[in-house]
Amino acid sequence: MSNILSVTIFLPLIGAVLIATQNAEAKGNARWIALWTTLITFAVSLLIWINFDSSSAGFQFVEEYNWLGPLKYKMGVDGISMLFVILTTFLMPLCILASWQSVQIRVKEYMIAFLILETMMLGVFCALDIVLFYLFFEGGLIPMFIIIGVWGGKRRVYASFKFFLYTLLGSVLMLLAMMAMYWHAGTTDIPTLLQTKFPPEMQWWLWVAFFASFAVKMPMWPVHTWLPDAHVEAPTAGSVILAGILLKMGGYGFLRFSLPMFPNASADLAPFVFTLSIVAIVYTSLVALVQEDMKKLIAYSSVAHMGYVTMGIFSATQQGVDGAIFQMLSHGIVSSALFLCVGVIYDRMHTREIAAYGGLVERMPKYAFAFMVFTMANVGLPGTSGFIGEFLTLLAAFKANTWVAIIATTGVILSASYALYLYRRVIFGALEKANLKSILDLSPREVAILAPLILLTIFYGVYPSPVLDVTATSVKNLVENYHSAQATAAASLTTRGYQ
Amino acid sequence: MIDSTVLQVVLPELILAIGAIALLMVGVFMKNGEAAGRVVSWLAVGLLIVVGIAVFEQGGSATVFNGAFVSDSFTRFLKIVILVGAALTLLMTFDNFTRAKLLLFEYPVLVLLATLGMLMMVSANDLISLYLGLELQSLALYVVAAFSRDDVRSSEAGLKYFVLGALSSGMLLYGASILYGVTGSTSYVSIASAAGLPEMATNVGLTFGLVFVLVGIAFKVAAVPFHMWTPDVYQGSPTPVTAFFAGAPKIAAMALLLRFTQAAMPTAAPQWQQIVIFLSIASMALGAFAAIGQTNIKRLLAYSSIGHVGFALVGLAANSADGTSGVLIYLAIYVAMTLGAFACVLSMRRGDRYVESISDLAGLARSDLTFATILAILMFSFAGIPPLAGFWAKWYVFLPAIKAGLYPLSVIGMVSSVISAFYYLRIVKVMFFDEPAEAFSPREGRTSAVMALSAFFATVFVLPFVGGAIVDAATAAASVLVSAHPL
Repeated sequence: MSNILSVTIFLPLIGAVLIATQNAEAKGNARWIALWTTLITFAVSLLIWINFDSSSAGFQFVEEYNWLGPLKYKMGVDGISMLFVILTTFLMPLCILASWQSVQIRVKEYMIAFLILETMMLGVFCALDIVLFYLFFEGGLIPMFIIIGVWGGKRRVYASFKFFLYTLLGSVLMLLAMMAMYWHAGTTDIPTLLQTKFPPEMQWWLWVAFFASFAVKMPMWPVHTWLPDAHVEAPTAGSVILAGILLKMGGYGFLRFSLPMFPNASADLAPFVFTLSIVAIVYTSLVALVQEDMKKLIAYSSVAHMGYVTMGIFSATQQGVDGAIFQMLSHGIVSSALFLCVGVIYDRMHTREIAAYGGLVERMPKYAFAFMVFTMANVGLPGTSGFIGEFLTLLAAFKANTWVAIIATTGVILSASYALYLYRRVIFGALEKANLKSILDLSPREVAILAPLILLTIFYGVYPSPVLDVTATSVKNLVENYHSAQATAAASLTTRGYQ
Repeated sequence: MIDSTVLQVVLPELILAIGAIALLMVGVFMKNGEAAGRVVSWLAVGLLIVVGIAVFEQGGSATVFNGAFVSDSFTRFLKIVILVGAALTLLMTFDNFTRAKLLLFEYPVLVLLATLGMLMMVSANDLISLYLGLELQSLALYVVAAFSRDDVRSSEAGLKYFVLGALSSGMLLYGASILYGVTGSTSYVSIASAAGLPEMATNVGLTFGLVFVLVGIAFKVAAVPFHMWTPDVYQGSPTPVTAFFAGAPKIAAMALLLRFTQAAMPTAAPQWQQIVIFLSIASMALGAFAAIGQTNIKRLLAYSSIGHVGFALVGLAANSADGTSGVLIYLAIYVAMTLGAFACVLSMRRGDRYVESISDLAGLARSDLTFATILAILMFSFAGIPPLAGFWAKWYVFLPAIKAGLYPLSVIGMVSSVISAFYYLRIVKVMFFDEPAEAFSPREGRTSAVMALSAFFATVFVLPFVGGAIVDAATAAASVLVSAHPL
């Protein structure tokens, strides 16, 4: 049990090596090995969840070994990262299944790229050393670049370059900030850095550098432009991973680094983040309304939903942060499901243009039902998981700044508009197009992919406690530390004022 | 009378010098030209291995010949890197030179002599021995650049290299003579103590001498604005020669730079730091932008090497033990990856014709996935993407720069690394995303081994017993240099 995190992280890599030894012609082997590897990884990660003690705010399952010089190989999870690990391992088998038919060329390389990507993503959420974190954070770019570039759509080269260079530019500044933190604190150990008090001016610079990286990853307006391109061009499973997990690394980064390590800078710059968040919520929702391409529409809606997340995080309250984490998990399930839904009809018709569809409900009732559940969750209808996160973050924003909350709430209306508008144009209306007459409903494989997602969406919408229980203690600890740092800073300002 | 301790200190160089002359004799007395080339090449590889072992077996620090020649863990680290680079490039030569009818015995002998010059440069602790080593190296390199006698480009490369190289040697010599005039000595130790006197703090002659010597060395490492010869020489020279140029000679010249600045000029640090920062920024920026438009892979690697010199100089700009060890780590990783990259270039062959254009790599992932994967790993590593070795190289040079407070330099460096990532990615794109071009002929065993080794190294550097060992060795080497001449 002591090495269970490392086992989980590196299992997919072992699977990748195993696939590499297979004959390139044996596509089936590659698929089955990938599926089993991801399933076993999921099972192992469930073991972690079962043994996770949610009453403790500290890191659990900690492993520590000497690495290069002063750097340590240190892994561990707490309430904030625990569920992201589960989300990752849960989505991966679905991605493999979703690519079962749609990927026919270079299957072996495809599966290897996905498994390496899984290792990198799990590493990001478990790393307790900043250099190790950076290693996984950046390392994930390589497989994703290949996935978009090789198996993507027409403009895949442009999209993959934009994705890679955008993210890299944000991250290298973070790397310099990490070096500065190392020289200040004398360590790269995350738990120690969480206790370190950085001087306020230094916090500002560090905060800006980290923000550059996470804001691009999140993505926040105005650095979100890589996301629609990457989503549109990526293969279905690539979009799922992008929306489901890669975007969450930004939010996770804010929670792991920006808020707890630079609390004073976070407090000073929270209005700035709020502004960007509400612009993201309103502006990208409006942009989503006019999209012709389904994937692009969902991509813009992702940017809007991430706006709630940043708003919740920087409200720095228990509800806000809990809501942000919940929103990320819910979005991880819902937007992944929406991309899978797009993938289902794309596999049949080979177009993502909304205008090419209409009246699908007549031929695909099961599909129409699944799509409806996810559309409602995307809108944030009570009873779906989408509601809880939006509600909690808006509640927190209301406490922090009423105007922010009021403007952000209009985003809820806008999201209802674009999501329902999309649903109406694709599913309802008359089935007029000749080539749609013979379209087939969901296959058993597709049902197997979508069914767990539907169940989770509704389950967490009705009963969110399993998630909130896990996060509560760690978030409480984070919020308390944040506020005590503010109090200390205020006190030192007062004493300086009297002198 | 020379006593035996002196012989022990210079043993590797002695073996190499005598061995090179002996191999020259072997070549001359063998009748069959091509057989002679083959035999002498193999013997040269063997000789380099023997010299490597001799270097490895040395221990401690010693200065001989009145302080002109020094041997310590700093020199041993760099000598091993140089010898590995030289031996592996010789190994990659056979196939290419056989086809080009260039497998002559003179080539390995010239490479051995150039390597001897490099070892001298690394150990130089005096302006005279510095110049001797540098010239021995350069003269041999001028000839090998023009080794493909019937090829106009190769002759042009040799001539260009010679003219500009001679100019830079002249400048270096001029600077050295000024330094001698001002300080009254050619020995680093005496120069350092003379330059440390209070009345020398504002001496214009000292600054002039420093600038000229630095310009001379900057030519040799191809730092901007003294880089102009690099793309033409890299493109014009036969590819195995380019592979040799890109690795070992740069290490030797960087070694010169490290020891000269830190051992002879520790008190002039504020002056040379400015120069190094300028060279570094200019090289990183030019390396990033100029390579974007290249279509020839050798030219692209030339600009990329200019950029990498800029990155290595970031460590020197920090002027600390950490910075020096960062430069050493950078150089070791750079050589390993450059060898792999050129092994890949040497494997780009269709029938009897070697091709050099980036578009020739199109769709390589379909025809030869192993080749494409190896080159992709090297390109990602060059771009500095973790967990590959290139990331660690950058980590270890920027870390001391941040400590020294060189923030603008670090930010510019990081931004240019992102820009340069564009052209490395372009090669990956051509291989993986584009439609296949005509497949290459089967790879040759030795070249494949070198490139596989290089990619393997780039991948496993992250493991503690690989990267950790190199980092420890570099740290020890750097501490010797800095503690012998406290800053």
